[in-house]
Amino acid sequence: MYQLLKQIAKTGIKTEAAPRTDETLRLLQQRLQEGILNYLGRALAIRHVDAGSCNGCELEIHATNSPYYNLERLGIKFVASPRHADMLLVTGPVSRHMETALKRTYQATPDPKLVVAIGDCGCNGGIFGENYASCGSVANVIPVDVAVPGCPPSPLAIMQGILTAISK
Amino acid sequence: MGFKELGINAMPLPGAMPAFRASIDAGELRALCEKSRSQKARLVALWGSDEIPRGGGYALHLALAAPSGLLWLTVPLAREQARYPGIADIYSSADRMQRAAYDLFGIYALDNHDRRKWLRHGAWPSDVFPLRKEFNIATRSAAKEDQYPFIKVEGEGVHEIPVGPVHAGTIEPGHFRFSIVGEKILRLEERLGYKHKGIEKRFETMTLEEGARLAGRISGDSTVAYAWAYAMAVEGITGGIEPPRRALALRGILLELERIANHLGDLGYLGNDVGLSFGFFQFWRLKEDLLRLNARLFGHRYLMDLIVPGGVARDLSLPDADLLLNQLEKIRVDVATLKSIYDEHAGAQDRFIMTGKVSSELAEKMGLTGFAGRASGIFRDLRIDYSIPPYQELGVQLASHTRGDVAARVSVRFDELAESIRLIHTLVRQLPSGEIRAPLAEAASGAAGIGWVEGWRGEILIALEAGEDNSVHRCHAHDPSWQNWPVLQHAVIGNIVPDFPLINKSFNLSYSGHDL
Repeated sequence: MYQLLKQIAKTGIKTEAAPRTDETLRLLQQRLQEGILNYLGRALAIRHVDAGSCNGCELEIHATNSPYYNLERLGIKFVASPRHADMLLVTGPVSRHMETALKRTYQATPDPKLVVAIGDCGCNGGIFGENYASCGSVANVIPVDVAVPGCPPSPLAIMQGILTAISK
Repeated sequence: MGFKELGINAMPLPGAMPAFRASIDAGELRALCEKSRSQKARLVALWGSDEIPRGGGYALHLALAAPSGLLWLTVPLAREQARYPGIADIYSSADRMQRAAYDLFGIYALDNHDRRKWLRHGAWPSDVFPLRKEFNIATRSAAKEDQYPFIKVEGEGVHEIPVGPVHAGTIEPGHFRFSIVGEKILRLEERLGYKHKGIEKRFETMTLEEGARLAGRISGDSTVAYAWAYAMAVEGITGGIEPPRRALALRGILLELERIANHLGDLGYLGNDVGLSFGFFQFWRLKEDLLRLNARLFGHRYLMDLIVPGGVARDLSLPDADLLLNQLEKIRVDVATLKSIYDEHAGAQDRFIMTGKVSSELAEKMGLTGFAGRASGIFRDLRIDYSIPPYQELGVQLASHTRGDVAARVSVRFDELAESIRLIHTLVRQLPSGEIRAPLAEAASGAAGIGWVEGWRGEILIALEAGEDNSVHRCHAHDPSWQNWPVLQHAVIGNIVPDFPLINKSFNLSYSGHDL
């Protein structure tokens, strides 16, 4: 136990400043009223849906919870069910085998809700594009509020996308 | 010629790895597989191809690993009678691969006890085979309702828990069907294929050179290993050109950096999964330090698109190499401290030890590969067994364990992490001078190449055939997860449901690399 506490003390606080929002990432006009935004900004629940990615974007979503980015300090946390979520964070070109699951997850998320598409594939299908097994971008399957490009986008870019979606 | 041990005449394939190719009749397939099994040769991959535009029918392909190298066997199949005797009773890992080969090509394994579809869900009908050449990649069949009969476990008090494809955490999609009594898992059945996005068909729309970017996105966490395997295959196809020594050393550095980053991340999550969130924060701090340095030195946090056919895309300067060694030394010291904290943490060890056990007999029988295999007494590592530059002179130390539980996989990951840091130190100190990329020759249509690399998860195979004008005729990418997913179904039997995430994470298998 001593060694563990010593390691915590030695490490100190690593968390860095959060990024600013970026309006160029927005695809849809803000759908939420100001009152709700004020509320969500402090308690946003996100359900992540991997709809067919290469798993690169998942690595960076994991990293947003690491000590440097510490997404939870902003009141933003990942939840286990779409029924508890305010926002869906969707990665991948949407594979046709995930199309139904993604639509059902969207339907299961209570209104009002937001969708942030993550990565080049989420934005436009990326290198996989559209084909017999891929629907391409997330916006081809469900409405997308904010899309974050990158292969994969950095943790800061992902945070920026999330914060933009809940900004006025 | 090679492969006298199996009594066949195989032609050597140009390229870095010792690989040979032979063609046999379907009638000889089972006898050959039985012989190779008895001589401890293992099945690496099984796949199909369509040779009709070349005047043939279909073909079944197998990659077998024997002590003298990799044997790529091709079994031509008639267009009207695209059938072959199944081999899943000889090599159990062949079962899902045979089913996938049927879904994609319509080539059929006779006498396979499991005739259910595997990669096909509802995106194309049962009489359409998307990897056939006549099938246009853009064809969108109307979506069909997806029916899949899971195996039912019956008895008093038995019930099912269906999980996925959308999981509770940040995890790739797949479906797990647990049959349980109380908290105890009686049976787990996996259903994969949700991420199938037409990768192999997409390769056939690309040139050999363009394919490198796609290969690096088959499984993002193994982008370096896939890119290297693909580059190795292209280098073989274009007459066996050898990348400069400096490029090979840099490839070794990149591959070991990928191994370190993945083990750091998973060791953090393994702490988190037993309630030791301290472990998550500590390991993810170290991982982030490394990713940031990757971005600074190589321009990409996960080292994507750095290994290219012919060499590498970016050099490492002397001051940058010093930065790298300094950072790795800090990581080494901190990981040693964290290892002793994990080792002495009674709560964590109680969850790790004897959880998700895979005996060495089971591992051998099912072909468990990679670090998970090494944790179950399967002492294989391509970096050692077929040592090619830059690994030849490094004397890679095999990390191993025999107990096959979560604790053993944790222990092997710690050992491999330390060994990878040592390897990078040696590679950086002995970095040869010179070019980092060799020019590629034209590929002859029909030329074949093999890429075979020990990624952090296990052995990754790329089997590549060139078409006309440097195009891709067929690219089969094989992830070690094909072998390891079925073993996970066994590893969880008798464990409690809350230990499933821990056991699953201790393997951390790829969905994308498997579903293609």
